[in-house]
Amino acid sequence: MGEKRFHSVQLDKDKCKGCTNCLKHCPTEAIRVRGGRAHIINERCVDCGECIRICEYHAKVAMTDKLEDIFRFEHRIALPAPSLYGQFRHVGSIGIVLEALTRIGFTSVFEVARGADVITRAVKEKLKNPDRPRPLISSACPAVTRIIQVRFPTLIPHIIDLKQPMEVAASIARAEYAKTHGVAPEKIGVFFITPCAAKMTAIRSPLGHEKSEVDGAISMMEIYGHLLPHVAEIKASDMTTSATPFGIGWARSGGEADAAVPKNSMVVDGMDNVIRVLEEVEDGKLRDLDYFEGAACPGGCVGGPLTYENKYLARNTVMSLMDGLPPRHPQEAVPGSVLNKYPLYFDKPIVPNGSMKLHESIANAIERMEQMNAILDRLPGYDCGSCGSPTCRAFAEDIVRGYCSETDCIFILKERLKGMAQQMVDISHTRRE
Amino acid sequence: MIQTDYPIHHGDYTRAGEASADIKRQLRQLGVGSATLRRIAVAAYEMELNIIIHSLGGSMTLVVDNDGIKLSSRDEGPGIPDVSKAMSEGFSTADEVARGLGFGAGMGLPNMRRNADQFEIESVMGQGTQIRMLFLLT
Repeated sequence: MGEKRFHSVQLDKDKCKGCTNCLKHCPTEAIRVRGGRAHIINERCVDCGECIRICEYHAKVAMTDKLEDIFRFEHRIALPAPSLYGQFRHVGSIGIVLEALTRIGFTSVFEVARGADVITRAVKEKLKNPDRPRPLISSACPAVTRIIQVRFPTLIPHIIDLKQPMEVAASIARAEYAKTHGVAPEKIGVFFITPCAAKMTAIRSPLGHEKSEVDGAISMMEIYGHLLPHVAEIKASDMTTSATPFGIGWARSGGEADAAVPKNSMVVDGMDNVIRVLEEVEDGKLRDLDYFEGAACPGGCVGGPLTYENKYLARNTVMSLMDGLPPRHPQEAVPGSVLNKYPLYFDKPIVPNGSMKLHESIANAIERMEQMNAILDRLPGYDCGSCGSPTCRAFAEDIVRGYCSETDCIFILKERLKGMAQQMVDISHTRRE
Repeated sequence: MIQTDYPIHHGDYTRAGEASADIKRQLRQLGVGSATLRRIAVAAYEMELNIIIHSLGGSMTLVVDNDGIKLSSRDEGPGIPDVSKAMSEGFSTADEVARGLGFGAGMGLPNMRRNADQFEIESVMGQGTQIRMLFLLT
């Protein structure tokens, strides 16, 4: 069933109560509750983090690196996502956050917003080619790319074949550091400070290219506590941002389109909304649109499941920081030569994932769907989730796939018990002859 | 054989696209290839919208068997006065409501014909229109 791959969202078995909250919120129906605990179907999980957000027992966790992991490298570069700046309300400048990163163990900092500036230029170039199917779909949110791979394979040709800003930032950071410090590139550890689980997956199992330039990812939630005392203490910093306000704006939904495709693009955030609009793209309704910026998280990266600050406040903070910067656009700030100097483009095709298929052969899949439909007719249609599958339809599918049986449905079980009870009554009434 | 019927009501824009979405979901589960699925997605949506915009109401049917994927529709009228004219690109009789919603580019039937491997249409004034499309499994 599809490729074997790492994925970042995992279950903490001890904390899981076996409730059905996560079941209902998974956009790819990748969760089942069996034996009183949730299980994640790895092939289907797109690491969007909806379940992390919804689980009140905090049983869904993202597998990210610990801060101490950076010390296995002699040289350590932090790649802060621009959403990190939004975590510190009233912070005087971006430089303060950058300096704080150097105080907790990083030997250097390179802003992902600079990678976003480079990608902005590259997107503008790509848009000049009218042969690509429209709308072009941004590849920046890895959970959106994954959901296309799982649920909308027909839209794979729409995905713009550019790496994520994080990757571009890592390539430039490593090369520049190696040159200025005269060290071998492999001695340098490059760590992304991530707002989400999907980026961790994008590092361990990239889509569109073989290997990531990033060595690991540390959750914003984890690093927040380490940074906070320093951010509070540093009154002013000599460090300053090297990114444009447009690059920093990628922290919130709409930032990418603002920078790269201000006209005739569509900005969609939140997984439900992304799915709804992708359905329309698939139906051929939005061919006149140039660009689709989709973010799995409401509000964009500031709404990531591994962020600390609430997304509205974080957005506000990011926008204030942008306002304080000279209004330079990436078109002026990034020299055109950069586009050929670093590996910005996909070098491996994205292939459909196929985990929704009932069977490898269509003939067998048809047979299974017939069985599924027959079972579905007998189910109550409440989509209650008590059986551990997210909907009656998914339950019927699970029965056909051999994972459960009809009496796992509480309503069918009740009917059967009623029948049995009636039989017992009937037997008790039979007289001795 | 798999068969699903979808009743479609005239003017029901709130449910527009739901039948197409369900058709896509089923075909994805059957493992229909991306290129074919894309053609069917476009044709199914045009078919669904045509019934909503132009007919008095009707239904769509999806059948999947060894011959391939069959999408058909039938409606309760009013019928198309000149089918060959309706099949030409850019011709549309969509009303104000539909045009206001961005429909009525006159590409519905031509898009269906272009995307299907076989396309048949029959229309009788006062009785209704029937369309049959076949998509081969490659």
